[in-house]
Amino acid sequence: MALQELTYRDALRKALADAMTENPDVVILGEEVGRYGGAYGVTKDLIKEFGAERVIDTPISEPAIVGAAVGAAMTGLRPVAELMYVDFIGMTMDQLANQAAKIRYMFGGQIGVPMVLRTQGGTGRSAGAQHSQSLEAYVMHTPGLRLAMPATVADAYHLLRMALTKPDPVVFIEHKALYTMKESVDLDAEPLAWGKAAVRREGRDLVIVTYSRQLHYCMEAARQLSARGIEATVIDIRTLNPLDFDTIRAHVERTGRAMVVSEGVMTAGVAAELSARITEECFDFLEDPVVRVAGEDIPISVSTALEAGSVPGPQLIADTALRMLAGRVPA
Amino acid sequence: MYEADLRATAGRNMAGRVGAGANTRLPELYRTMRRIRTFEERVGELFVRGQSAGSMLHLSIGEESAAAGVCAHLRDGDSFTTHHRGHGIFLARGADPARMMAEIGGKEAGYCHGKGGSMHIADMGLGHLGANAIVGGGIPAVVGAGLSARHHKTGAVSVAFFGDGATGQGILYESMNMAALWGLPCVFVCINNQYGMGTNIAQATANPNLHERAAAFGLAAETVDGLDVEAVAEAAERLVEGARAGKPAFLAVSCYRFYGHARKDKSPYRDPVEEEAGRRQDPVAFARAALIDRGLESESELDRLDGEIGAEMDATIDFTVAQTEPPLASMFRDVYAPEEPEPEPVRARIDRVLARD
Ligand SMILES: Cc1ncc(C[n+]2csc(CCOP(=O)(O)OP(=O)(O)O)c2C)c(N)n1
Ligand SMILES: [Mg+2]
Repeated sequence: MALQELTYRDALRKALADAMTENPDVVILGEEVGRYGGAYGVTKDLIKEFGAERVIDTPISEPAIVGAAVGAAMTGLRPVAELMYVDFIGMTMDQLANQAAKIRYMFGGQIGVPMVLRTQGGTGRSAGAQHSQSLEAYVMHTPGLRLAMPATVADAYHLLRMALTKPDPVVFIEHKALYTMKESVDLDAEPLAWGKAAVRREGRDLVIVTYSRQLHYCMEAARQLSARGIEATVIDIRTLNPLDFDTIRAHVERTGRAMVVSEGVMTAGVAAELSARITEECFDFLEDPVVRVAGEDIPISVSTALEAGSVPGPQLIADTALRMLAGRVPA
Repeated sequence: MYEADLRATAGRNMAGRVGAGANTRLPELYRTMRRIRTFEERVGELFVRGQSAGSMLHLSIGEESAAAGVCAHLRDGDSFTTHHRGHGIFLARGADPARMMAEIGGKEAGYCHGKGGSMHIADMGLGHLGANAIVGGGIPAVVGAGLSARHHKTGAVSVAFFGDGATGQGILYESMNMAALWGLPCVFVCINNQYGMGTNIAQATANPNLHERAAAFGLAAETVDGLDVEAVAEAAERLVEGARAGKPAFLAVSCYRFYGHARKDKSPYRDPVEEEAGRRQDPVAFARAALIDRGLESESELDRLDGEIGAEMDATIDFTVAQTEPPLASMFRDVYAPEEPEPEPVRARIDRVLARD
């Protein structure tokens, strides 16, 4: 009912607190999640509210954090493991990809691994090559793992709450540049379902498919394009697995043009997957090649200039749309 | 009172130290530590002036003796890796503080041309195999460097510097086991500043006697009090020379992280009384008091030296501020070897895809 001003960080914290209140089996474990309140403050004071047995500070032992969450999930807890940076996912990849993702299947469906791995990624803090990556493709490439990446404050809340009801492991990747973003939200309003893409804006000329922070850059680009007479549809996919391809297809068929925007590197990334799928499934409707606007195929530099230059921004997105529509739409 | 305490302790230590005085390396160790301390203070200033690339700057104030004491026994051809709090170690191995500061500022003139930053400064020419932002990430490389040294019969040792937090990482144990198994010239130096971010070592392990685990793998293992740089240097001499002769080693240096984890952390999780006591374990002040007490340097000589170092480090800030950002096109450089083609920029690719006749 009531609108409230919340940051992305507050919304995540509230989702955790509400889930913990509702379900006594929800526990959090990770580095600095308790007394410190989380490296980005998401779990601030939860330890005061729920105690050190449910908000568990761990040593710096990522593989064991994820592995312990797997075991806890198999034996009746509802763990939320936290990986301070998605950049550390490589260290945990065995527990995630060989254990969490495959246990239901390998053991013939006897048991699932209902855990959530919360982490954050992306550029924006001059955090350098090992703390700024967008590694969602690693997760999306692994059958058995669900993957959510909220772009808005409302989704930060609802997707995390929903992730905590899912029967299978969910990797939940936040964006470090969004934590302080504020929105006026009504958390009592019926949320869009898990696995449904959100059409954030509708326009006749092209579809821009995106997620996480790039949503905001795409919306900014769409405003610039609108001022020049080009109307873009912007789709925020929210969950990369399950992927709501029906929504993407419907809009691509209507507009005949699609651009996919992601912060992760271009080659073999999420944008590559989405663009291949659009090309395969909507081929007869396409006026142009599906264009990927994605992170450069390079590591991220600490230099603020190089860092910003390594990932898409509103300008590149708008320029690309203008090129796609050159001569087709009145200038 | 604090100075007097230090002098009393320094005096005690001196009494127990055979041959202290004539052959002492203390003046040099002090100079190294003072340069580290002052450099780190200037890094803090660079941040306050808004000239650093980001805020993930980890100062090694309070742990200078580990860098100075261990590096005093490294020589040309030796190699090392550091963790994210590695400025001091690199300085102690001979780094140019101006190029370091420029790197911390994300400038083209920095050691890594603004690509690495504070957490990744390195100069391979000085045997620095890299500073790491992954806790434990740099440790296993010294095993490889040990294999190289053995293969090429160079007599070199390789030293991994890391924090107490890295003792939570399995890779440390895998690495120590290999080094011991193969008798490699490797030294594992754990700078135990009591904290990994907000977590005290006692909250991270049930057995904080860290050297015991190394001993269990068959390494020569010791813990030394980092307050006394000479004690660190003596332990390092034993262990580094032992490693050179094929007995890998582990050294834990006990010290205290004087300030927050990174620039924005004010350590609200620490008890102010503990913090005050911790900051009294000051290896720089301790060495200074010992120098004066033992008549090795006068207070005025030390003041002059400190002043010179202050000026040297001030200049690193001026240098950094005057430097330019790396050119945008440089971001495609060094992904692969220089003779290889650079990755195609996204913009160029889009232009090609959308080219119309
Ligand atoms: C694999 C990994 N996990 C977590 C982090 C986040 N992190 C950075 S520094 C740090 C604490 C490290 O403590 P310690 O090893 O004692 O080094 P100190 O900061 O005290 O020098 C943590 C948890 C990281 N960088 N890498
Ligand atoms: Mg530490």
